[in-house]
Amino acid sequence: MTEEYSIFGLVVLLIVLALAITRLTSLLAVAILAGAMSFILATVYTLLDAVDVAFTEAVVGAGISLALMLAAISLTTRREEPWRRRSAERILALLVSLASGAGLLYATLDMPLLGDPASPANLHVAARYIAESPASTGVPNMVTAILASYRGFDTLGEVAVIFTAGIGVIALLRHWRKGEA
Amino acid sequence: MNEFILVRVVVKIMVPFILLFALYVQMHGDYGPGGGFQAGVIFATGIIVYTIVFGIRRAVEAVPMSAVMAMVCCGLILYAGTGFATMALGGEYLNYSVLDSADPVHGQHAGIIIIELGVGITVAGVLTAVFLVFAERRARR
Repeated sequence: MTEEYSIFGLVVLLIVLALAITRLTSLLAVAILAGAMSFILATVYTLLDAVDVAFTEAVVGAGISLALMLAAISLTTRREEPWRRRSAERILALLVSLASGAGLLYATLDMPLLGDPASPANLHVAARYIAESPASTGVPNMVTAILASYRGFDTLGEVAVIFTAGIGVIALLRHWRKGEA
Repeated sequence: MNEFILVRVVVKIMVPFILLFALYVQMHGDYGPGGGFQAGVIFATGIIVYTIVFGIRRAVEAVPMSAVMAMVCCGLILYAGTGFATMALGGEYLNYSVLDSADPVHGQHAGIIIIELGVGITVAGVLTAVFLVFAERRARR
């Protein structure tokens, strides 16, 4: 029960941080608060026993995103330009966000309850993974065993995607000197 | 940002530990949370933080662009090559069990460690390379 209350408290904190980010004009503060949001999200995932997801969230959201944001801020400016939308635009923006938020909430009604043993994700191959993966791969972390062995093709494809994106950016942006590899 | 001595000293002390932690996450992906992807991201973060504080010139002295390019390619080659190695040993593509003819479970474990290493090398290389090519363009202006 304490877990549920902790998660509820953390989600409230997330909303407060999100509202604070919309009000701030100091980009440095916005970047740091966005990193803090990632850390809180990582804590929520840990409370839900998804430690690998939590670790990824902390590393990507609070780690490299924050470092890249700080780099961008140190190269550009620390303050957001003050500007005002006309009130018609603001009302339109509010309506769009309320509509999309309501749509997402409506979609959650179709989702299975958290940890429901009868949900489709838990009925198909999950039971086999839990029963067999430690014995057949020798790896205690089932997430690693599934990603690297059972779904080795998927992970190979993911690495190929990262590789392709990387060489695309390098080919576009790198200043190539003559005679340099 | 290199005019603040506090930032310089703290980053100089922290960066080796960030890189070491990345290697720990890489090697313990089979027992603890994380794995190649997370390790690669942490490793790249360490290099990026170093670049922000000490500048692109000193960063490419420590991590030459050619080495980063080699990492981008070698990780994927290591991963895909493991698949061909298992085929050469008589198994299916990426069936690690054949890597150890005596003990298939040990073969699986070894295969997972090898391909996680491939993931980590490519992810670290790509993230570092993307940051460095952006920073280089800025330094040239």
